[in-house]
Amino acid sequence: MIHVEHLTKRYGPKTAIDDVTFSVDKGQVLAFLGPNGAGKTTTMRILTGSLPATSGIARVAGFDCFDQPMEVKRVIGYLPESPPLYTEMTVAEYLVFVARIKGVPAEQIPSALDQVMQRLTLGEVRGRLIANLSRGFKQRVGLAQALVHNPAVLILDEPTTGLDPKQIIEIRELIRELAGSHTIILSTHILPEATAVADRVVIIHEGRIVAEDSQERLSARLRRSEKVGLTLKAPPSDIVEQLSSIPGVLSVHSDDANRFLIEVELGRDLRDDLARFVVERQWGLLELKLVTITLEDVFLRLTQEEPLPGPAAPGSQQDSEATAEEVHR
Amino acid sequence: MSPVGAVVRKELRTYFVSPIAYVVAGVFLLLLGLLLFLPILAISNQSLQMLRMQGNLPDVNLNQLVLRPAFANMAVVMLLVVPILTMRLLAEEKKLKTMELLLTSPLTITDIVVGKFIAAFLVFASMLALTALGTVALAAIADLRWAPIATAYLGVLLLGGVFLSVGLVASGLTENQVISVVLSFGLLLVIWLFDWAGQLIGDSPFGKLMSYLSPIGHFDNLVKGLIDSKDLIYFATAIILSLFLTHRVLESQRWR
Repeated sequence: MIHVEHLTKRYGPKTAIDDVTFSVDKGQVLAFLGPNGAGKTTTMRILTGSLPATSGIARVAGFDCFDQPMEVKRVIGYLPESPPLYTEMTVAEYLVFVARIKGVPAEQIPSALDQVMQRLTLGEVRGRLIANLSRGFKQRVGLAQALVHNPAVLILDEPTTGLDPKQIIEIRELIRELAGSHTIILSTHILPEATAVADRVVIIHEGRIVAEDSQERLSARLRRSEKVGLTLKAPPSDIVEQLSSIPGVLSVHSDDANRFLIEVELGRDLRDDLARFVVERQWGLLELKLVTITLEDVFLRLTQEEPLPGPAAPGSQQDSEATAEEVHR
Repeated sequence: MSPVGAVVRKELRTYFVSPIAYVVAGVFLLLLGLLLFLPILAISNQSLQMLRMQGNLPDVNLNQLVLRPAFANMAVVMLLVVPILTMRLLAEEKKLKTMELLLTSPLTITDIVVGKFIAAFLVFASMLALTALGTVALAAIADLRWAPIATAYLGVLLLGGVFLSVGLVASGLTENQVISVVLSFGLLLVIWLFDWAGQLIGDSPFGKLMSYLSPIGHFDNLVKGLIDSKDLIYFATAIILSLFLTHRVLESQRWR
């Protein structure tokens, strides 16, 4: 549905995005993850057909973003980083105007409006001036604007910024709901957001894609082993030796006197064995969990030149042995 | 609805929801009313004096003595008032970042520019329609020749069109409305002064060109009641050129 090849955009001498290649299938949700200024917005604006690229190919729904911008603009809904709102209009007036310029036939505008207002629960503010709405409502009106013509492709630039946690969850649920019937690209610098809504994550840093995969595989590629965290009330002094004797255990580290990090062979879930082992010996099992590498770890690893000083999260220190090369394409 | 129609309707709505259109129209009409009333007062005083001294009423041509100066003054008032109508049009879209909405919608830049121009022109034309009240009131007490009044109104409409389209260029250049309006005043005054500069340079091709570039001579002809295709071509070219420039300005901003 969306196809980008070797896309480069320079502003004068500054390269905003550099040789970016990715594609999104119909109905998928792709998250662009990167720090501010990484090139997320530039890429999205090129996809909307409003910003010409310096070189490369960008296609949306089979239409070229440079040669057929009108066709592209018809099939996309775009929410820029700051929602483009006419503050002196009421919500309904604004959405009618957007529907008109998006080419919704006049007789279908009332039903399109009702639909999008219901979807975003805007009914109660229908007649209010946009200027007087709260930040959360403004953001929702912005989303309504992107959805009013029911576009096949949605491009959302940081759709949850400035919202409270409840609203963030609502917007994420909405995005999940829209996935499948719509192809969605969204950008974020908030990692859990990418995890929560996207099928695939593209990590972009200084205009280059540094990693592109599903969230699970992205973290899987960064680790060569599974890790299990263990907290015990009464560990014996020779615990490291004892645990190491369990088949499949590669190594045991101890964070402090009671907490241990056990590295096991990839693909083997030893939690059951470990639990039985510990309970039989009455070491006082307090906690046993699989330590998964978080997207935060992946992200920081990939976007920071220098290795991380100190542990950011359980397991991250050990993982930093994995080099960025592993995920470089 | 066509994309241009949607833009026109939105702009008209904005004009009449905000106080801008009312304030501009109010000031415009007040000044024009005074500019029509004061010459009439002067003429009636003179006539009374002549009646007292010579015993007969002079034969006054109100077209000549009242309306022609009124239209010339109207041009000066327009110079001050029309840029206020256009200063918002593009500058605000950029300030509010709504330009991005327009540019990512299936609208061409031409649709945007033409839609905005038409809306501003309609507001200006309706303001102008209200000034006809003064002329009609005058017709009730005097014999007026209507043909030169009609051509003068055509002249005002065309001159207004030029001012509006130049104002649109200025509005496209900035996202600050104050800069936009000051820029329009400056640009309009400069092309206004071309006429004077042309006269000073004298009867050389360059002097003639300068005079031709200023709208004043062309406007004067229409106020006098002369319809010359040369003048009509001037106005049409000036409006289209300014709109084209606006298009180029917006197009170049897309790349940044």
